[in-house]
Amino acid sequence: MHSVLGDRKSVALLLGPALLVYSLVMLVPMLWSLGYTFYTGSVISGFTFTGLDNFTKLFDDPALPSSLWFTVKYAVVITAGQVLMGYLLALLYVFFLRRAGSVVRTLIFFPVILPTVAVALLFQKFFEFAPQTGPVNALIEAFGGTGVDWFATPGHAFLVVALMDIWRSMGFYAVLLYAGLLDIPDDLMEAAALDGATTWRLIRSIIVPLSLPVLVSSLVFSINGTLKAFDSIYALTGGGPGSATTPLTLYMYQTSFAYGDYGYGSTIALTLTVLCLLVTVLIFRATRRDAGQEQS
Amino acid sequence: MKLTRTLRRLPGHAVVALLLLVVAYPLIWLFLGSFKTQDEFLNGSTTALPHSFTNFANYSQAWSSVATYLQNSLLTVLPALAIIVVFGTAAGFALEILVWRGRQTTLLLFLAGIMIPGQMILLPLFTVYFNLHLTGTLWPLIITYTATGLPLTVFMMATYFRAVPREVFEAATMDGASIIRSFVSVAFPMMRNSVLTIALVQFFFLWNDLLIALTFTTDDAQRTVQVGLLNFTGQFGVVEYGPTFAAICINVLLILAIYLFLNQRVMRGLAAGAVKG
Repeated sequence: MHSVLGDRKSVALLLGPALLVYSLVMLVPMLWSLGYTFYTGSVISGFTFTGLDNFTKLFDDPALPSSLWFTVKYAVVITAGQVLMGYLLALLYVFFLRRAGSVVRTLIFFPVILPTVAVALLFQKFFEFAPQTGPVNALIEAFGGTGVDWFATPGHAFLVVALMDIWRSMGFYAVLLYAGLLDIPDDLMEAAALDGATTWRLIRSIIVPLSLPVLVSSLVFSINGTLKAFDSIYALTGGGPGSATTPLTLYMYQTSFAYGDYGYGSTIALTLTVLCLLVTVLIFRATRRDAGQEQS
Repeated sequence: MKLTRTLRRLPGHAVVALLLLVVAYPLIWLFLGSFKTQDEFLNGSTTALPHSFTNFANYSQAWSSVATYLQNSLLTVLPALAIIVVFGTAAGFALEILVWRGRQTTLLLFLAGIMIPGQMILLPLFTVYFNLHLTGTLWPLIITYTATGLPLTVFMMATYFRAVPREVFEAATMDGASIIRSFVSVAFPMMRNSVLTIALVQFFFLWNDLLIALTFTTDDAQRTVQVGLLNFTGQFGVVEYGPTFAAICINVLLILAIYLFLNQRVMRGLAAGAVKG
């Protein structure tokens, strides 16, 4: 095919700048980072070739399993929480608020675009134990309980991180899933309702299956984001208490910049990348098989 | 009849009210706190209203450092945003409208950039910036922001261009306009709505970024809003609640101002970015 739109010079001129910047600042560093996994040291101390040492270290490092486990735990819990809350909100928007819900949707969406650092600092103060008693502890005390030092124990710190991330992103998933729910034809639901289907049955047999595609893309998007989460945790807990809330992203950052080991840092970054790829492939596989079973 | 309907809807209304409270209360509490004195924070009830709503001492103290941070953020985000939009739209046009071999592969190449965690590119970039003596300037942030914003922009623009019949551009080109000309005077103006949406989405990503800003800013003079805010408490030794609250509040109010005018576009844009990404 020979089109007037096939001029090579124009392609180069229009695509060139973006491709060049992208290649130089993202693709080349990515490959370069792979090269670093065979070295130890930093730009300040200089690099030494160590072969596969970083990879054997990966298996001996006691801090790695705990931060890998935290990454996975965080991603699973937050993804489940975000998408579930989003879905419930979306159902609320569609079946309860209907057209009138625009203001509610807009309000609940607002935290989504707030800077993570601002939200994290806000939550720090909101859950504060001392010297100021924050609203959460004040509420507990008002009901006769004793205040909790939320950031002193791993379990509590994780809870605050989870609550914060769900608080600031549920509005986003609600809007995403709401758009998916709107695509379900009304007459299909009316027909089922006329046939005597209960609300629960309606949700299970019509709404969930028909909104499955957008549900899956929400899951993929959420898990990809949560596996890479850094800002919220760094700003809220700094990885603590101890290293109890340190995901791979933060561990990589500390290894590279606090301990000046770019080699091992790159190895952790690579581990994270592989994890992201594996999880995405797994989800797509799993959902495709489910979809196949539905049809047969 | 109407009464039973209202009663039946009561639990639903209660749920909605509770939700709005959960979303709004922390922000209202933050706003109230920004007017409180240190003494009110430490000795008063945390849920109490401030003694005075005209106590702007916190804001003036916060502003003395936040002003620099805001300036740094603007000086990095706006140039990056401008380049992202121009380069990204041009690339989207080249990938979707122009006809050449390898388009699909190139698009996938950009797609990879959306998947890759930022941690994969930080260390080599730091090495380069350090060796080029760029650390200590705002250039590392501008360059890195530009590159990280491109993949999603290219991808979204390509998707938007897909909805435009190629004949439009063929006609323009047959009429004697060069392809570049038809991009500049037909495609770009035609897409200005999508371009604005993408620019808005990217603005929030860049403005709210912590990882990249944290890595490449080495001293206080280059701190962006987010990095500055993070170090805000440390600066005085003891936590000075009022100024800290005021500083967070400035950051929130700024975003609120944008959101008041563009909320529908923000919601649409972010949702579109997720579905396509």
